[in-house]
Amino acid sequence: MKTKQTQIRNYWPIYVMLLPGFLYLLINNYIPMAGIIIAFKNVDFAKGILRSDWAGFANFEYLFKTPDAFRITRNTLLYNFTFIAVNLVIGVLLAILLSEIRNRMAVKVYQTVILLPYMISIVIVSYLSYAFLASDTGLINGIRTSLGQSKISWYTTEAYWPVILVVVNCWKNVGYGAIVYLASILGIDRTLYEAAAVDGISKLQSIRYITLPMIRPTVITMVLLNVGRIFYSDFGLFYQVPMNSGALLNVTNTIDTYVYRGLITLGDIGMSSAAGVYQSIVGFVLILLANWLTRRYSAENALF
Amino acid sequence: MYRKERKFQIVCNGIMTAVTVVTLLPLILLFISSFTENTDITLYGYSFFPKHLSLSAYAYIWKERMQIFRAYFVTVFVTAVGTVTGLFLSILYAYALSRPHFPGKKFFSFYVLFTMLFNGGLVPTYIMYTRYLHLKNTVAALIIPSLLMNAFHVLLIRSYFQNNVPQSLIEAAKIDGASEFAVVWKVVVPVSKPIIATIGLFIGVAYWNDWMNGLYYVTDVKLYSIQQILNNMLKNIEYLSKNASSMGKSTSLAGTLPAATVRMAIAVIGLLPILVIYPMVQKYFVKGIALGAVKE
Repeated sequence: MKTKQTQIRNYWPIYVMLLPGFLYLLINNYIPMAGIIIAFKNVDFAKGILRSDWAGFANFEYLFKTPDAFRITRNTLLYNFTFIAVNLVIGVLLAILLSEIRNRMAVKVYQTVILLPYMISIVIVSYLSYAFLASDTGLINGIRTSLGQSKISWYTTEAYWPVILVVVNCWKNVGYGAIVYLASILGIDRTLYEAAAVDGISKLQSIRYITLPMIRPTVITMVLLNVGRIFYSDFGLFYQVPMNSGALLNVTNTIDTYVYRGLITLGDIGMSSAAGVYQSIVGFVLILLANWLTRRYSAENALF
Repeated sequence: MYRKERKFQIVCNGIMTAVTVVTLLPLILLFISSFTENTDITLYGYSFFPKHLSLSAYAYIWKERMQIFRAYFVTVFVTAVGTVTGLFLSILYAYALSRPHFPGKKFFSFYVLFTMLFNGGLVPTYIMYTRYLHLKNTVAALIIPSLLMNAFHVLLIRSYFQNNVPQSLIEAAKIDGASEFAVVWKVVVPVSKPIIATIGLFIGVAYWNDWMNGLYYVTDVKLYSIQQILNNMLKNIEYLSKNASSMGKSTSLAGTLPAATVRMAIAVIGLLPILVIYPMVQKYFVKGIALGAVKE
């Protein structure tokens, strides 16, 4: 009979292997988790965080009294829902097209190109969008001028940005989804299609009645995965691509950009940490919920 | 029937070719702008068909190469060190989790998984790294925060080890007297090259493209990465456009903002390694993405 101690002694190399990762996550993830108490304090660095006075929920009351709280929540949720829907539809369409093309070489080229934007940093994406949208020198205004239309001041006009951000996000991320769905389609048993062809079923019908139902679990998994992260936004997309333009804040400010601006630009630790905790907690609940739903639909894809 | 199929193939290829071209257009514009005469851009704007082609942007960069080379060196150094260290941490942790049983296995699995569900957010992280660990303006600030080890990667590697490395292979090596560490480097890693390449590439791209650690923690020009130089020029464009009315100010500042063509050329240089390496290794990315979707 081995005692617990000798067991642990026998496994010491395992613990040595776990140690570096354990320490890293402790520093990078767990200590900041404990740091959410900052939101409940009046932070005074002279006293240190632990000794600072408690503020109770004052920071949260203050945050939710501002119109920003509603605005950043609305923007974060609406953009994410739109991104999920648009990227799903276009991603599945591209995947179906790719799966139907016989020329393997061509498929490889298409696949490489549509995934390419995913590899590009959002800072460079901002340069690309600036080349199109700059008010004096941008490509689009250039074309408008040559057609005799007036120039549009893109970076100061709110109305265009929901569309611009959806387009940029789609350009950057749709390839990722397309490759996931393509992998799922290629996993479908070919004999199903052969049997359908023998029965005289058309291509569109086989897509409708074989492909789509067969990739349903993957689609549900991907959607739920993204729904779990719906309270988090792509900071770079909302901060860099609109060039941090103050005139656009109403339609570009999300929880992540709000927290950053609060912390760095305004130095308002109370308000920005309250927004951060709001995001962490609602985000946590949403991830648990999404995972619970995933487990109901396709248990093997659940996170835990 | 045959004819119908051929028509269908043409339609599919036609649509995909159009999608490919549209996807590439912004990048083509970036390239062409970097080879355009700068006065063309100020006079006529960005264009796919500039009136004059010119290498002046690259000549300018060559003249100012010390700053760009330094930034390039920072980026390469951070990417190399970050990727190797990150892989090292992830492989060890994943291997330990892939062992069938050891006391505390459940705890260590949950410990890594929980970081995917909950986080402290930017404010505590920022305060800890700057006020307590004093990482501000060190090269460590570009490597350590947030990018080094990712729970998702650990779980992907673990399930690869579990499903693709036969237990018998590990047991045989142990009977031959190999230590647990020797098993990892001499048995497990050599048969797991595909997943290690995939995760290594993901980590590498994340470091290469990272500008957020620079934004949060670095103000020292000597530590600027390529992405941070690009980001700062972007900020200067913003500043100029916001203060365009106060002409006196903006003309003096304009001196510090390189011409549009130069900015595009620096972006090209920052993007080049991705454009060159990515197509060669794209199958690893594709595999990794497909893998992540099946087991996440």
